Amino acid sequence: MKIRCDVTALRQVIAVVAAVLICLPAQGETIHEERSIYRDITVVQNGDRRCLIFNAVRGDRNQTCVDVNDRDRLVFDYTRMSFAGLLLRPNPTRILVAGLGGGSIPLTLSDLFPDAQIDVVEIDQAVVNVAKEYFFFAENANMKVTVNDARVFVKRAGLAGEKYDYIVLDAFTGDYIPEHLLTREFLGEVKAIMTPDAVLVANTFSTSAFYDHESVTYRNVFGELFNFKIPTSGNRIIITSLNPLPPRGDLTSAARNIVGRLEKYNIPMLEYPNRMSTRVDWDMSKRVLTDQYSPANLLRDN
Amino acid sequence: MEQSDKPNLPRAVVVSAAFISGFCIMTVEMLGVRIMSPYFGGSLSVWGSIITIFMLSLALGYLWGGKLSTRNPNAVTYSLFFIGAAVFSLPIILMADSIMRPIFLAIEDPRYGSLVASVFMYLVPTSILGMISPYSVRLLVQSREHSGQMAGILFFVSTIGSALGTLGTTFYFVLWFEVNQILWGVVSALILVAAFILLTNFVLNRSRAVTRLEQYENQM
Repeated sequence: MKIRCDVTALRQVIAVVAAVLICLPAQGETIHEERSIYRDITVVQNGDRRCLIFNAVRGDRNQTCVDVNDRDRLVFDYTRMSFAGLLLRPNPTRILVAGLGGGSIPLTLSDLFPDAQIDVVEIDQAVVNVAKEYFFFAENANMKVTVNDARVFVKRAGLAGEKYDYIVLDAFTGDYIPEHLLTREFLGEVKAIMTPDAVLVANTFSTSAFYDHESVTYRNVFGELFNFKIPTSGNRIIITSLNPLPPRGDLTSAARNIVGRLEKYNIPMLEYPNRMSTRVDWDMSKRVLTDQYSPANLLRDN
Repeated sequence: MEQSDKPNLPRAVVVSAAFISGFCIMTVEMLGVRIMSPYFGGSLSVWGSIITIFMLSLALGYLWGGKLSTRNPNAVTYSLFFIGAAVFSLPIILMADSIMRPIFLAIEDPRYGSLVASVFMYLVPTSILGMISPYSVRLLVQSREHSGQMAGILFFVSTIGSALGTLGTTFYFVLWFEVNQILWGVVSALILVAAFILLTNFVLNRSRAVTRLEQYENQM
């Protein structure tokens, strides 16, 4: 009897170990591992593709990947999608990117608009170091990284009267959502640092109950917004502006004007206007997220 | 005996009061980052500030509460701790922005900003809540031999309260209520405990007075 129990237990242990091994996302070679105060950072290389992974053990998706032999080429849908903001504001001059990751969004913006002033705010110094060391990110005269909480950075920018005409919010890791970056009050502070013709691009989630809360909150602050999803990506990009949103025809002609410049980054801009919808496809009765009520990490799973 | 003269609060009342104070301490502490993140962000250092100030406040509270318990320990003083903690928690609800804004403007580094803001918001109410533990021990202790055991029971109960306060707040309350609604819940709970202590004390005093009167009449 006892022996049988032990065999069963052993079998279970083997099954668990096997399951863990199979589920590990890190095929390819791990070239760097680091534990920061916020997360475990892993850099994995598989052939030409080098990826940044946060909290690999918990099965997080890749944050950023680069093709080391073709660095300009953007690998991920959501990264490419975030450039759809250029359809509303084709020539940004003052750019804010919240959330560095591997740095591909700010690098591409800097490459496209070398004269634009780009501020990047990232909470984790370790991510900045890894982006520089493994993902070819570099600051330059016009592009600066500040290590700070985006909420604090935006509030200070507002007090200093700074204005940006292109803002990318990309501060969500997929695993944990910074709840204070989703509230009506935060979006109000973002709004306060936008020029009248500025565009806001927010990389968010397209699944879970949380989608409704988030959409309701953005809508509450900005009014009409472009909801930009493509079937192959789990992300949803919100694009909005203080000005009334342009009709689709304008987006299409803007896409035609810019698509040539985006070719080397592998951004299929011509496909984007048809996927950007102003239709409300969420439950408008859901509660607005505020500084008083923002249980984002709990809402995700409900 | 000297002690039979004093109306001792029933053990259940003191133990429940300690439980609720433990619960309230952690409820406020867990909401700390939510309250401060609009000004100082949600980084690890903000947690550090809050926990530092809570620990410091509790340490001071234990010291003062212990000292106060040597001088005529009584139920009225005990209830005043709860009332005081409730009253000094009100600024967290009513004045959080006016406290944090000038600090945010004056101090660039969110680490020190959040530390200073924590002092202004949490030091006083948490110190008062810290005074409750040693004072409760004194109210429970009847004899020297039992003092260690009573302290053990008390820390057990108040720490279980803290554990449940942490769990309830982070798992459920923030999902059901707004931050300020939860804080109003804390204030109400503390006031109710104070009221209950005073009521119990009043009833005990009266029944004791009646007994004494009867004894007196019997002797006549």
